Parts: sequence; C-alpha cells; structure tokens
Amino acid sequence: MIGREKALRLLKKVVHDSGADQAEALLLTEDSSLTRFAGSGVHQHVAERNGTLILRVVLGKRIAVVTTNDFRRSSLKDLLLKAIRLAKARLPQEDFVSLPGPRPVPDVRTFSNSILRLTPGVKVKLIRELGLLAHERGFRTSGAFSHGQVEVAIVNSLGVEVYQPYSDLFLHLVVDNGMNTGYASFVSRDAQSLQVERLVNEAMEKASKSEPVRIEPGEYETILEPYAVSELLSFLGTLGFHALAVQEGRSFFCDQFGKKIVDPRVTIYDDGLDPDGLQVPFDFEGVPKQKVTFFDAGVAREVTHDSFTAGKEGKLSTGHGLIAPNSEGPIPINLFMNEGESSLSEMIQSTRKGIYVTRFHYTNVVEPMKAVITGMTRDGTFLIENGEIKQPVRNLRFTESILKALSRVSAVSKERRVSSEGTVYSRRFITGTVTPAIKVDGFNFSGISSL
Amino acid sequence: MKRILQNVIDSAKMKGVHYGDIRLVRRQSQEIEIKNGNVEVLTHDEELGFGIRVLFHGAWGFACSSKVNPREMEAVLKKALTIARASGKARNDKIHFDPAPAVVDRYQTPITLDPFDVPVETKLNLLQAAEGVLRKNGKVKISEAFMGSYKTEKTFASTEGSNIEQELIECGAGISATAIEGGEMQVRSYPNSFRGNFATRGYEWIEALALGSHAERVSQEAEQLLSAKPCPSGTMTLILDSSQLALQIHESVGHPIELDRILGTEASYAGTSFLKPEMVGHFRYGSDKVNITADATFPGGLGTFGYDDEGIRAQRTPILSQGVLVNLLTSRETACHLHRESNGTMRADGWNRIPLIRMTNINLEPGEWTLEQMIADTDEGLFLSTNRSWSIDDKRINFQFGTEIGWEIRNGKLGAMVKNPTYTGITPHFWNSCDAVGDKHHWQMWGTPNCGKGEPGQVAHVGHGTAPARFRNVQVGVIKQG
Repeated sequence: MIGREKALRLLKKVVHDSGADQAEALLLTEDSSLTRFAGSGVHQHVAERNGTLILRVVLGKRIAVVTTNDFRRSSLKDLLLKAIRLAKARLPQEDFVSLPGPRPVPDVRTFSNSILRLTPGVKVKLIRELGLLAHERGFRTSGAFSHGQVEVAIVNSLGVEVYQPYSDLFLHLVVDNGMNTGYASFVSRDAQSLQVERLVNEAMEKASKSEPVRIEPGEYETILEPYAVSELLSFLGTLGFHALAVQEGRSFFCDQFGKKIVDPRVTIYDDGLDPDGLQVPFDFEGVPKQKVTFFDAGVAREVTHDSFTAGKEGKLSTGHGLIAPNSEGPIPINLFMNEGESSLSEMIQSTRKGIYVTRFHYTNVVEPMKAVITGMTRDGTFLIENGEIKQPVRNLRFTESILKALSRVSAVSKERRVSSEGTVYSRRFITGTVTPAIKVDGFNFSGISSL
Repeated sequence: MKRILQNVIDSAKMKGVHYGDIRLVRRQSQEIEIKNGNVEVLTHDEELGFGIRVLFHGAWGFACSSKVNPREMEAVLKKALTIARASGKARNDKIHFDPAPAVVDRYQTPITLDPFDVPVETKLNLLQAAEGVLRKNGKVKISEAFMGSYKTEKTFASTEGSNIEQELIECGAGISATAIEGGEMQVRSYPNSFRGNFATRGYEWIEALALGSHAERVSQEAEQLLSAKPCPSGTMTLILDSSQLALQIHESVGHPIELDRILGTEASYAGTSFLKPEMVGHFRYGSDKVNITADATFPGGLGTFGYDDEGIRAQRTPILSQGVLVNLLTSRETACHLHRESNGTMRADGWNRIPLIRMTNINLEPGEWTLEQMIADTDEGLFLSTNRSWSIDDKRINFQFGTEIGWEIRNGKLGAMVKNPTYTGITPHFWNSCDAVGDKHHWQMWGTPNCGKGEPGQVAHVGHGTAPARFRNVQVGVIKQG
C-alpha cells in the first residue's frame, strides 16, 4: 500500500507536469493473492504486487490516455511526452465538455484489517478445512480463494483529489460427488464474515446423490437463485442501463422511459453507497456515487452517467465513470434488485412443474436490443413437481429475453445475497451485485447438455 | 539484467527448489478506436514486471511484482517459496514435472514494418477514411474502426540453465457498422467481428486488410439486414464461412483438448471437458474429413511464438487425424498423463500471471472443395458468416452460436439474406456431421485476441486457420421469433 499522502503527491505532480489544458491521473495499486484448488488439493497459489498510473490529458478537445506501472522519474517524463504527442495528433472530440470538477465524497469504510490475517498458511488451512468437511459426505472440492488490498487515488487539474483503500476476499466453491456438482460463493470486504462450514453445506445441498434426469426443453415455471439473477442484472447493466447505450440508440430503454416494461414486483437500481453491497464511494473520475433507479416497480426510469455522457446532455455525472479509456459507457457496477415477500420454500411449494436453477454458465448476448441472452445452467439444476424439488436434471441451455423473463416474475424472495464473479482480468477491483431469488412464470429452455 | 535474473535463479537453487523460473516481461500496446467520427480511444499502455515460479516442497508457488530491482526480486522469491511451502500441506498427488534440456536462444516475430514505428497520424487517417465511408449510410447509427498494436519483450531463465529472449509483435484492425431502426439492431463487420483480425505480423498486415475498400459493402449489408427475413428454424445443412468456423473450432475443439481442463483444474471456473486422457488414440471426434493440428510455428498466426513459458520450443502437433483424437494440448506437468513429452503450450498473460495450457494456432487443415462447389452441391441449407454470439457448457458439449448474417441455399444457389441466424449442437455429433472442407485457396488464418481462462483471469492471443466447411443435420434458428 502506498498510502493517501504519497499517492496524492505522486498524482498531483504528474497532473501539474503534464502542461495540458486539463489532466486527470488515476492510481491503482494491488497487493493480492489467489489460491486455486481442485480434487480438494491446492494446485495453484499466486501473489501479485502492482501499481498502475493512468493519465488522461486534454488539449482543447483533444484527448489521449497513457498508462504505465513504471514510476521511475524518467519513465513518467516519457509518459507525459507520449500523452501530449498522441493528443496533438488527433482531431478534437467536439462533444467533449469537461472533466468533472470536485464534489464532496462520502466517508465510507471500505478496508478491513482482518484481510491481513490471510497468510498463505491460513488460506491453505481453510481450504483443507473445506475439503475435509466435504470429504466426510463423499464430496471433492474445487474453487478459488482470493484476497487483496487495493488503493484508488484520483487527481485532476480541476481540483478533484480523492483516495480510497479497499480490502476484498472471495471464495468460489464447487463440490462434486461424482454424479452431480453444487456451488456456493462468498464475497466481502471483511475476512471475519467468512463461514467455511456454512459455505460447504450450501454447496453440498445443491449436489444430489441421484442420477440427473433428462427433461425436454421448453418453457417452464422457473426459480432462479440470486447467483443466476445477478447474472441477468449484469447483462442489463451492460446492454441498456447506461446513458451511452441510450445516446447511441442501442439500449432497450430507448423511447421507453416512463413506461412499464417489467413486472411491478421488479425494482432494480445501482447504489455504490448501500452497505448491503460492497460499497464504493466514488467512480474512476473521482465523482461521488449516486443512487440510480433503472426500474421502479417495473417502470423504466433513469440511466447512469459519466462526465462524457452527462456533458452531452448538460447534466452532472451520476458517478459511474469507468477506467479511461472507456468506449463501452458508464456501466453500473453496484447493482441491486429489491427484495420481495416470498420465501424460497413458498416459491417451490407454489410450483406445479418447474425448474430450479442455481447459476448459469457462459452466458452471451443473442439479440442486444431485446436483451435476449443464451447460456447453460450448472452446479445445481432440479426438477420441481407438485411443490417439491424432485430430482436433479441434466444441465439445460436457455435462450431468453431478460426483459420478458422479468415481466413474468410472480414472486421475489425476502432474502437477498451479495454475489460477485470475482474474477479479475487485468486490474483488480471487486464489487458485488445484491439480488433476491425470483420465480418466473415461463422461462425458455432451448436445449439440453447431453452426448 | 541477464546477470540479475541469473542471481535470482542461483538463489532459488540454493534454497533447494526442485525447479524454478523467472520471467521478465515488458509489454506495450497502442489502441485506437474511431466511433461515429470521433476518436473515442487513443491510448498507449506500457507495463513492466517479473514473476517467479518455484516447485518447492512438492508444490507450486508463484509471486510477482512490478518493481524490477534485485532487492524486490529476492523478496518475491521468498514469497513464492513461502507460498509453495504452505501449498505443499494441501496438495493432491505428487507433481511429475518432466525435465527439459537447457535452451539459450532468441526469437523475434518476423515482420517488415514495426507498427510502433508508424506515425499515429497515419493510423488515424487510415481508420477515419474507412469509418467515414460507413457513416455515409443513414441507417448506420454506430460506425466503428479499430486498430491495435502490441509488443511483448520477455526474458525467461530457469534453474535448468535456459535463457530465452523473445520479442513478439502483433497487430490487427477492423471496421463495423451497426444499423438501428424500430427497436432492431444489426451489425456487420470486416474482416471479422469484435475488432477485426489480428496476427503476429507487422504493419504490412494492417495495410493488406484494405479496410476502406470493404466499408461500403459492410454498411450496405448492415442496412439490408434490418429488412431481411428471420433465420428459419429447423434441422438442415449448414455451411460456415471460415471466420465463424474459427470460433467453432476454438470453443468446441480448442478448449476441450486442454489437458489441464480435462484433469479438472478449471472445474470451478471455466469448466472441464467431455474428453478423458484415455480417449486419445481411438475416440472418433469428427468425420474423416476433419484434420486438426495445433501449430505454434505457423507464420503470422496469432498463436505463433518461439518458445512457451516453460522453455519448450514451439511445435506443430496433430490433434484430430481423419476425425480421430490423437493428441491433446499439454504441459511439462500434465504430459505424463499421456506418457508423452510436453507439446509446448504453456503461456502466461504477462509477468503477473502463471503459465497455463493455452491454444496455439488450432487449425482445420484444408480439404478439397471450393466454396462454390460446396454451395452448388447443397440442395437446401444455410450459409452463415461472421460470429455474433457464442456460448458452450462447462464440459464443452452443448454449444450455441449466432452469426451476423446468413443466406439461404436453395437448389445449389445462394438465395435470400437472413437475419439473426443461430445454430446449436452437440460437439462430437456436429464434427461427425462434417462432409466437406474447403480447399487451401479458401483457407485463412484468424486471430482470436480475447481467449479467457484461469483465475486470476488471463487473456490469450490464439489463432485458427480454417476454410469454409459443410455440416449436415444441424439445428438452426434457435430464437423464438416475435
């Protein structure tokens, strides 16, 4: 960890030395570890220390972005020259208005010292504990257990100066009894809240000892666990919940604001400050997070903005800027769906013939404006008959419009959980999605996994 | 620097490691994206760091840092040893890590023109000209042009005495037009979707793509798709163009043959495979028309290199021979499961990731048909082109793909254009239904720069050489219309 003072000092110097009309420097540091296990044994255990500086310079309306993790003086000098040279080479971006100015950022605690206790030895011990608990009931375990410390600091030439340290850990677990697999996962900023036994039990409940049966594809009453609902929300966030998608005419929200699109039981929003999720006080432009409600009791309401999309409409950013350069738009990363009034058992009891889905695998977009996606079920798919979970079924492929599915929601669970894919492709920044389980009256399964 | 790396290796040996290596990696990338007349992305990234991997106390340990100096290297080595020692207490079976001969060598991607030597103004002009043509079409609401240039310099040193320097250069470009009308969105791309086509070649590759000369057709097809008829539903004959077939190979052959997946190390994330090591040598994966090789030596392939990140020389390995599974992608640790030596596929996504088994260039060897002969020989079916979506289950059995565009085939001729084409199948059934593969004149190499695997996530750059091919009795038109 670099610490607030050193981080801001470094960034202020870079911004000052840039000589640009406007400049923004973002520092991301990471000190993390990830341990993977399979067949109940550890097969990969890695640790990383990195720091990345991302500089955005503006000359008039000419913008360029340069990135480095080499903070030697000569390297930073070279970086500044590159940024200016790139910006000068291009035509102006006429619809650019300005980088954001400073706004008060809420004081939120996002770092827990408990994370520091997760030494390699402690993590391996916990993984062994998982393995032994599962072994007692005839299961083998696989998964990933990761924790990290991350710092985000942003300075811009208009006076933004923010710093935030984050801690995080996630544990994904798959248990396998040779016949079926089950899944459970955990994500938090606080290591003390991890309950290994509870996680193993949850995963084992999803892996029945009976042979999975083949059922015919078609529309079924379907109960989706929070893991599966979380995935649906993430796709909506990417496809349509942000201003760039609307401005480019590619969002399912285009011309739909104020209209009822999904069931009134459905309210979906983004809130970086809600303590039920993994809090994030400001975005990657240093703008404080605002709550943005996409569906309010089924009605399309509003979308997220960063400084670019907000500038085009003469609005203020809602605090959803991502790491520059970002041509995908201000995609929300702290999604929530409201809780309902049902229990999971009530949902099952009210189902005559249906499918219970724990989570999805390898989902992808088929028709973006209709929010049609496809994917497979995995790690706990069951047939429900006459109000009871009867038996596991072979994994099913679904091809369905998320909007259509949400318009057929007939029950929402009282309980919600925070979940996170947790995977990190380049820069570590863990957030979570908070979702209930839902019951959908008619979810389209288009195929079955089978040789 | 060579001496500093050697000092770390010597230090690892003194600590008693069974094996150790260090990789020092510097990467540069430059990306440009033009969207609707604006330069949306103009960026230059540089990163430098090193990673140390040790096999110690019977387990692997890996640690890495972006601070490149001797003191940090010693600290990182210590951390890797601590990790290995801890992991050894929860290991499964003993790790068999086959020895390899020491290699001292240097490899450089053969290129004519280094893309980093080309002025950014030249690149901007090329992209803006092509994107400008797309934008002339009023139905095109999102016009995009992309270009990326990438350079990786890495030095590998191991306790076995290897010292290998490599400089890999890659670049690629593409255009796409998105037509939107009445709640419908249709995309056409050239030369491929998702940013274009990429290769281990110099800037001459970008120039040869001739983006501008394809822009008008691309925008017209995007517009025409808005009013095209929906893809029919049913079971029929399918001809896939070579770019779509590249992704079909990637998902339903390339990933299932990764031996680490087969052995379960990706079980909780990317998934496993329907294959087992004992199926090698006799499992009929596809028809006798299907010959697939893993070829890391093919000039220009995006999965072409000199040595993998375990110090094994790049090689060409038959995988499917006349449809029969004859080999898998292996590493020094996993090859013993086939009683063979590693075929050199371990690659890491930079200094801060460990090497994993990754595809190299997984190629469908050319057959004997021209595309015209294939179409003329088909009474009724569909010809589909350019990937739009993909999905496959965690054992790589059930897949579903969507393409940007399709055409009906009736009585041996291409007919009406169809929109939103999709098809689905079961991997070995699909490959066994292949009855025609295009010839070498229709064969080309496609670069896939976004192959995800592993935790922490890694993105590999891989290649697929393909020609169009025909498949019988395929389920098409999966989306419910209306």
